[in-house]
Amino acid sequence: MSVLVIADHDGSEIKKSTLCTVAAATQMDVDVDLLVAGDDCSAAADKASAISGIRKVLHAESPALAYLMAENAADLIVSIAADYDAILMSAGTNGKNILPRVAALLNSQAISDIISVESADTFKRPIYAGNVIATIKSNDAKKIITVRATAFDPVEATGGSASVEKVEAKDLGHSEFDKEELAKSDRPELAAASIVVSGGRGIGSEEKFSVVYDLADKLGAAVGASRAAVDAGYVPNDMQVGQTGKIVAPDLYIAAGISGAIQHLAGMKESKVIVAINKDEDAPIFQVADYGLVADLFEALPELTAKL
Amino acid sequence: MKILVPIKRVVDYNIKVRPNADNSDVDLANLKMSMNPFCEIAVEEAVRLKEKGQATEVVVISIGPAKAQEQLRAALALGADRAILIESDQVLEPLAIAKVLKHFVEQESADLVVLGKQSIDGDNNQTGQMLAALTNRPQATFASELVIEQDKAIVTREVDGGLQTIKVNLPAIVTTDLRLNEPRYAKLPDIMKAKKKPFETIALDSLGIDTGARTELLNVSLPPERSAGIKVANVDELIEKLKNEAKVL
Repeated sequence: MSVLVIADHDGSEIKKSTLCTVAAATQMDVDVDLLVAGDDCSAAADKASAISGIRKVLHAESPALAYLMAENAADLIVSIAADYDAILMSAGTNGKNILPRVAALLNSQAISDIISVESADTFKRPIYAGNVIATIKSNDAKKIITVRATAFDPVEATGGSASVEKVEAKDLGHSEFDKEELAKSDRPELAAASIVVSGGRGIGSEEKFSVVYDLADKLGAAVGASRAAVDAGYVPNDMQVGQTGKIVAPDLYIAAGISGAIQHLAGMKESKVIVAINKDEDAPIFQVADYGLVADLFEALPELTAKL
Repeated sequence: MKILVPIKRVVDYNIKVRPNADNSDVDLANLKMSMNPFCEIAVEEAVRLKEKGQATEVVVISIGPAKAQEQLRAALALGADRAILIESDQVLEPLAIAKVLKHFVEQESADLVVLGKQSIDGDNNQTGQMLAALTNRPQATFASELVIEQDKAIVTREVDGGLQTIKVNLPAIVTTDLRLNEPRYAKLPDIMKAKKKPFETIALDSLGIDTGARTELLNVSLPPERSAGIKVANVDELIEKLKNEAKVL
């Protein structure tokens, strides 16, 4: 039995979510291969070969794989699927987009967003916005799985010496990339940051969100937001933490002006330490917070920033 | 252009679901049921395309128990033209749902399928992608903007790093994210009118499609509870606790 992991990368670097997904894969089997696919990713493929515990790196480089459009990426993965009993990718937007397509092409029922590997065919995953954890056994011959990266400790990025093998991809011509507007930020990546400061509807406007950014920059933290703050236009969509946004589990999560809807809690309640700052002492966020401060966030956040 | 909108009846998003007594499944008895929020967004988007003159017909379809007709009627009240209920009391997995939908995408010759990116019960986020695979059509998932230009759909997608815009050839499958639109509320006259719109019910068993389960639900459990924390009096105490007790600063 062997397992294929599809890497998240930016062309030159392998993302931490990949290392977490490899960790999940190694709990299923010892033979783990890694596919690095893209239009310009030989540097990432080289780095992948150093990841601890990888047997072989498959390197697929083609204009057809730019931005990992689902149709061509799924076609590539299906073309090499015969060698594997399980195919895993982190449950980021690429994994969620591509792997269900792969599963349907292989007539397999995918398992989404696993948080633990119980055995090679049994997994735990959150349902109902994380209010319930389901234990699921897959009876399909080929398991297609997306992995919640924050639930697994990453394997070492170095120490391995896997061989790199080329694989070919083709362009099905279904779709084309037009443009991307990616948030440019010097702050750490939200999903991988060790400290996250998040703001909610209580912030009140895009301008006033500066109190959140100021504290985050003082702490070297990433900035997140509740759905309410994103819907109100205070911050862009990629900052949303929650059931349908990003799942984070930092060492410290500071929620400012966030009431704590179950959909938001689903995205952050695995954080090691949670701080809630809210002027409403009955806000549900206080029920999951290790430290609650009932205060006006426009006084508390600047004071915190100044005193740290 | 004909649009097919698959929708799902789910537990209302305000309800906190719990395991049943023997932890074999969740306890859904007597809970308020609603249309899945992402499906409402899909219905709204299809109706807007019709109002703009770009769609000729909006057909809503649901696979579920007889009571799912409540959600289909709600979709008709929002402006869909016709409804199909594939009746079954079986709980279907996304692959099985995609296989049933494929049958109707082909039978209806739908040019565009718009559906929610995930249902808030299973949180699988699979059905649209699987339907695209089975029908060999392009997919544009997690849409926050949808523009139809001749034989292409130009779709802005919510991705991890921000927004991505792609062009997919029609016919295509589009799944909706939260910010695609804000669904309208149905007005009373529209609710009355919806009662007269065409509504077809078909037994799932009559279709002869393999919808057998591929996975087994072994048990459900509550996630580990966080122990109740403490309230601090001021910022100084907060900093002291984070440094000396939690040791995260």
